[in-house]
Amino acid sequence: MSLWEYANPAKFMALSTRVLPALACASAVLLLSGLIWGFFFTPDDYKQGSTVKIIFLHVPTALMAINAWLMMLVASLIWLVRRHHVSALAAKAAAPIGITMTLIALATGAIWGKPMWGTYWAWDPRLTSFMILLVFYLGYMALWRAIEDTDLAADLTSILCMVGSVFALLSRYAVNFWSQGLHQGASLSLDKEQHVDNAFYFPLVICMLGMGLLFITLVLIRTRTEIRLRRLSALQKRTSQ
Amino acid sequence: MIPIILRDVQLALRSGGGFGLTLAFFLVLVMFVPFGIGANLELLARIAPGMLWIGALLSCILSLDRIFQLDWEDGTLEALATSPIPLSGIVLSKATAHWITTGLPLTMISLPLGYLLNLPPAQYGLVLLSLLCGTPALSFIGAFGAALTVGVKRGGLLLSLLVMPLYIPTLILGAQSVAVGTAEPGIMLALLAALSLCCVVFIPAVSALALRANLR
Repeated sequence: MSLWEYANPAKFMALSTRVLPALACASAVLLLSGLIWGFFFTPDDYKQGSTVKIIFLHVPTALMAINAWLMMLVASLIWLVRRHHVSALAAKAAAPIGITMTLIALATGAIWGKPMWGTYWAWDPRLTSFMILLVFYLGYMALWRAIEDTDLAADLTSILCMVGSVFALLSRYAVNFWSQGLHQGASLSLDKEQHVDNAFYFPLVICMLGMGLLFITLVLIRTRTEIRLRRLSALQKRTSQ
Repeated sequence: MIPIILRDVQLALRSGGGFGLTLAFFLVLVMFVPFGIGANLELLARIAPGMLWIGALLSCILSLDRIFQLDWEDGTLEALATSPIPLSGIVLSKATAHWITTGLPLTMISLPLGYLLNLPPAQYGLVLLSLLCGTPALSFIGAFGAALTVGVKRGGLLLSLLVMPLYIPTLILGAQSVAVGTAEPGIMLALLAALSLCCVVFIPAVSALALRANLR
């Protein structure tokens, strides 16, 4: 019994059928309770007023936007090394979710930025890095769509993901040379004194967990769709011969 | 590897090679700047270094699909892949040839074009140096994009979309090193050169991976 057993599509389908309802319920409960707690049962910030509550959407989506890319990188490496099709399909499935998270993070940030910074958009290093991340997702998805042969597409997108990760990281630090920041530091950290107040901390952590589970749920659903699409095209090829 | 470089350079210089097209594109881009923002000399002087970098980058993107496309279509690439030189060595020579026929001329022509944009006299040397340090990265990253999309029909637009985000660090460092009023351009130039050298070392290997997948 090892984790690699689930690289077999049939085993993966069986397992995901069993865990999906529980995962979906858990993410719904966590997200709902975190958001309700955050929106209605936390005090207003002394400076930011009630706009501070956007944090409960902004931070979890921003976190998952980056983690989705990391997950794609890991899945791509697994595909390149061990050639498990489920892994390649999971990377493909995660990209649209990641780009949605990026867009939500950018949008909530803009809505938050208007009352706080007086502008929807500023060329700040963090904001710009997210814009760059968005372009990386776009390129990755475009490459998947451009190539018909699925194995070749999986190979090329995995290589792109690998190289893209290096350059995304380089861009993240290069933008610091180019502009001074407006964005505040990390909201949460394990080793620093300075982070958000406890009143916001607990609902925020719940929201982040919920968003993480939501991401896993959505990736599983989309991977199942991809596997079924692959089976369908295989069947169609066989019947047309 | 030298014969491959020589062959690619010769092919690019002869008719239909597109050597002059890139430079003409750069010239037209620079000509567009005053049309777009007005011929205010002070403003032009401020944005000239950045415009030269953007212009060089876009002109470079225009010529990227030539690195592998023609050899892919007529089967030369397959023949080269079976030769005793490793595939990464072939990518290295082809990207070098691309730099000789694109990056180097773009760097040279940036000086007269800089005069058109009222580039401050103190910046000429810096622009030359920074383009010299940065264009190898442009050619090699571009070769990676070209290797990824070599099998895609009409892949020019896709190639630009893939390559542009990869160009961001190069553009930032390059434009920062020449920006008017930069305190220490030396650091940026050093980082830019480091980036280029890393690209020269690592990009041929990953491009060869992509080419091999495409050739399979």
